[in-house]
Amino acid sequence: MIIDHPLLGPRDASEFIYLGDASLLNRPKWDEEKSENNFYKYLYLRENVAGMHKELWFHQQGDRSWLVISRNTVTHEIFKVELATEFKKNMGKSND
Amino acid sequence: MTRPTRTKSSLINTNKKLSFVFNGKKYEGCQGDTLASALLANDVKLIARSFKYHRPRGIFTSGSHEPNALVEIIHDDYNEPNSKATTVELYEGLVAKSQNCWPSLKYDLMSINDKFSKFIGAGFYYKTFMWPSFFWEKVYEPVIRKAAGLGKLSKNRNNKNSEKGFLYCDLLIIGSGPSGLICAYIAGLSGIKVIIVEEDYVFGGSLNNEIFKISNMSPQAWVQSILKEIRKLSNVRCIENTSVIGMFDHGAFGAIQKLKESKIEQIFWKIVSKKALLCSGSLERLIPFQNNDLPGIMLSGSIRSYLNRWGVNNFDKVLLFTNNDDTYVTALDLISNGINLIGVVDTRDNPRIFDPKIKVFKSSQIVSAKGKLYLKGVDIVNKVGELTHLKCDYLGISGGWNPNIHLSCHTGVRPEWNEKIYAFVAGKKNVSTHLKAVGSANGKFSLNECILDAEKQVLEILSDLETKPKKYSLPKIKEQSFEIDPFWFVKIGSQRKWVDLQNDVTVKDIEMAYTENFRSVEHLKRYTTLGMGTDQGKTSNVTGLAILASLSNKSIPDVGTTLFRPPYVPLSIEALVGSSIGKNFKPTRLTPTHNWARDYGASFTETGLWLRAEWYSQKNENHWRMSVDREVNSVRNSVGFCDVSTLGKIDIQGKDALEFVNKVYCNGFAKLPVGKVRYGLMLREDGIVMDDGTTARMSENHFIMTTTTVNAESVYRHLEFCHQCLWPEMDVHLISTTDAWAQIAIAGPKSRKIISKIVDKQFDVSNKNFPFMACKEITICGGVLARLFRISFSGELAYELSIPTQYASSLVSYLMEIGKDEKIIPYGTEALGVMRIEKGHAAGAELNGTISAQNLNMGKMVSNKKDSIGMVLSKREGLNTLDGLRLVGLKPIKANHQLVSGSHLFNLSDKITPKNDLGYITSSCYSPTLKSYIALGFLKNGSNRHGDKIKISNPILGKEDFAEVCNPIFVDPNGEKLRA
Repeated sequence: MIIDHPLLGPRDASEFIYLGDASLLNRPKWDEEKSENNFYKYLYLRENVAGMHKELWFHQQGDRSWLVISRNTVTHEIFKVELATEFKKNMGKSND
Repeated sequence: MTRPTRTKSSLINTNKKLSFVFNGKKYEGCQGDTLASALLANDVKLIARSFKYHRPRGIFTSGSHEPNALVEIIHDDYNEPNSKATTVELYEGLVAKSQNCWPSLKYDLMSINDKFSKFIGAGFYYKTFMWPSFFWEKVYEPVIRKAAGLGKLSKNRNNKNSEKGFLYCDLLIIGSGPSGLICAYIAGLSGIKVIIVEEDYVFGGSLNNEIFKISNMSPQAWVQSILKEIRKLSNVRCIENTSVIGMFDHGAFGAIQKLKESKIEQIFWKIVSKKALLCSGSLERLIPFQNNDLPGIMLSGSIRSYLNRWGVNNFDKVLLFTNNDDTYVTALDLISNGINLIGVVDTRDNPRIFDPKIKVFKSSQIVSAKGKLYLKGVDIVNKVGELTHLKCDYLGISGGWNPNIHLSCHTGVRPEWNEKIYAFVAGKKNVSTHLKAVGSANGKFSLNECILDAEKQVLEILSDLETKPKKYSLPKIKEQSFEIDPFWFVKIGSQRKWVDLQNDVTVKDIEMAYTENFRSVEHLKRYTTLGMGTDQGKTSNVTGLAILASLSNKSIPDVGTTLFRPPYVPLSIEALVGSSIGKNFKPTRLTPTHNWARDYGASFTETGLWLRAEWYSQKNENHWRMSVDREVNSVRNSVGFCDVSTLGKIDIQGKDALEFVNKVYCNGFAKLPVGKVRYGLMLREDGIVMDDGTTARMSENHFIMTTTTVNAESVYRHLEFCHQCLWPEMDVHLISTTDAWAQIAIAGPKSRKIISKIVDKQFDVSNKNFPFMACKEITICGGVLARLFRISFSGELAYELSIPTQYASSLVSYLMEIGKDEKIIPYGTEALGVMRIEKGHAAGAELNGTISAQNLNMGKMVSNKKDSIGMVLSKREGLNTLDGLRLVGLKPIKANHQLVSGSHLFNLSDKITPKNDLGYITSSCYSPTLKSYIALGFLKNGSNRHGDKIKISNPILGKEDFAEVCNPIFVDPNGEKLRA
């Protein structure tokens, strides 16, 4: 697989480490009433998508940036690669 | 007969003789031969025994699709099993032997299997070896493995190396036949970066097998002329002897290159290409009829290859059997070489007449081949059912041609049926844009069609790549056409008709699978093994599907096809491993004091990738315990030092650095003053302990975090995740400085004396001004930048001194010199471990991925007044039961009884059952300080059980013992030494 890094261009997938669903960016608040339940959902309940999936990759042997990659899990086609920091900022809100 | 046995061909050098040995007998071939062509030229027909029935088999094809002629190549130091005689290039002194036969190829005792074939058809193993179940492993499998199977490994290591390499290009061309060469020529002229890969050891593909004219030249001369043009272009790389074994995502291809006369045996290339053209040609298929597996029966096109490319001219009494026009090219070439052609058996009613000299048996089929070890003749039957016997030595079959689209399936694209050529072509649905089939591989079976298709497709690619083609010219050739009638198998006769020669799958087996309801192609394949093995059914798959279609009264496209998977040709595991073996399997990291330690008698232990000194053997120490006990005693009574550079160091800076640290540790950091260090406990988001370490606040916005050695990478990655993915708005910057700073622990009651001697005068390290948990940036030895931390892992008065890595080796030598009076010693990881167990510090063995802060008696450290990673879920009920596991110390009742890590803990009166299990031992050692073995472990409700006696069981070692539960802090529980 080739990942088109937004800063470094196309890089081999072996330089990256996979983490999983990009929903990990939506960390719940700690001081709400149902926070324990929210954290449980955040950590353990995931969609198992056959198709378009946003996921987190870390450029371990590169510039150490976390990327949000939009990938079709069936065809492995990659549609978009974004820096996680940019992605998170564009989500328009901080979760703290 | 006056005909020479070898005729001239530009691709062999009959003047350069090569001698070789096959099955113990010496033969001669010539330069340019494959093992197969040399054997055929020597009239060796019987090459191998078949996989299951041990039937005699000969050479069937002339390429990597060979199902039969598998041999073992014997090298000086190892054997190479399952080598295809049809692809092995002959060299002087080659030694090969047949495999899967005993005691000899001619008299194979296992051919008795053939007599029992009625009982060992498809699914035989599944049905027969069902019971008793334990018989499978002990009896059935070993016997079956011995009887069936392919070659044997010599189990000796090849002393040649394998390597890996990476290549990048704009266009990858797979195959160098007419289409591949034209594509490479046109694309190369345009200036884009091109790689053309050829599986064979010569370029030219099918053109090497032909004798017609291209642009008034022989095909071989034309190949050389265009290659000459291509090789002039520096942007084109031509690689022969290389098979592309797989296509992977995003234009990545794997290819295996075999090297001759090199210390490197093979290179596994990973080729990444923007575009790729599959110019892999097409493969001929067989026609099943009774006994169609006898040596002497070959594919029609392969006879032509041996005749034209390799000049094998000792074919005699040749008969051909076909349903298409291509076979007549073979017929004409045989005649022009003066070979006795019996005729062509054509299934068609009105085949085109190519030459009146060719005797054509039209509307006829071969019903049976005759002969025992070799073909002697055939019975043919015509439309009205008249049976004729024809004597022949060789039979060339052609059931039509399959575009060689193996690679096009690798990304999951299903092939599509083409009614014009009666074959599957590369699928167009959801096709990745990376690979397109061209020419014969695209179902264009005449040379002029091939050339036009190649031109069209390569121009499309250039336009996709926004490149303009330069002026080029195409070769001139005579119009050709290709006609075929579908004819899949001979229905007449009840004896076995082979479909898959390698796996001994017959028409009957397919019928049986169908009768037993294994009717989907995927089931059929697995039940009969059709299309498996080293040839992956390249000559047999489509024929098998056609038989299934005829049984189920469906069309072939309705039956469907299985997908080809990588690899296209077998490759050894060694090829994939490359040079990553032995010491090169992973990198080795050496500590900054490694060489010094080695010279001082250290032995080393692996910690992750690091090699660390485990102890320093001195004179008269003939057991490691003597060294370790001495090192511990020296530190506890005087002073010692240890290289702790391997611990992870992460530099954290920025306006929000304090807040960041406070969020990644579960305990409070908000009030950590400048110049102080604090112990930090890091949780995973699920509340389990991830790592621990210390973090020092060097200045307002500058922190230095340490991690355990093994988690240095994963903690750093986690922190980057926290910063980039959770809190990108924070002003904080992280960098790993593990390699930049060496860190030396100096521990023992006399450590301050040592520190005072090296720290520059302006810095006060008195207990008052540099107390326990202080930190400061200082200079030592007259101006060398350093960082001093008063932290202790051993429980003694201790410091850790950080200096730029390049000074570490000089520093330890200097410490030895100035510490002479205090009898300073270096200590290794073993003494370090003993002292941390004596002090009850948790380490890797305790932080095992299942342990919570509660388990470590640190539950109260988890602040619920702030947000931190893992805080919320660490409060889960299940992690906070009162009778949960707690870290405890254990002392054996008899001091000289060793406690073993991994042993489990039980109440004295309880039976040793999983239900009564109360916990386990994590770390144990001999404590020279307490003069007893001691251990750390987790015990249910352990904090309330100090003083209790407990039973220790290790069923694996068959050991049982008794110990007393105690405070895990064996030495100086009030921490007076630390603060001294």
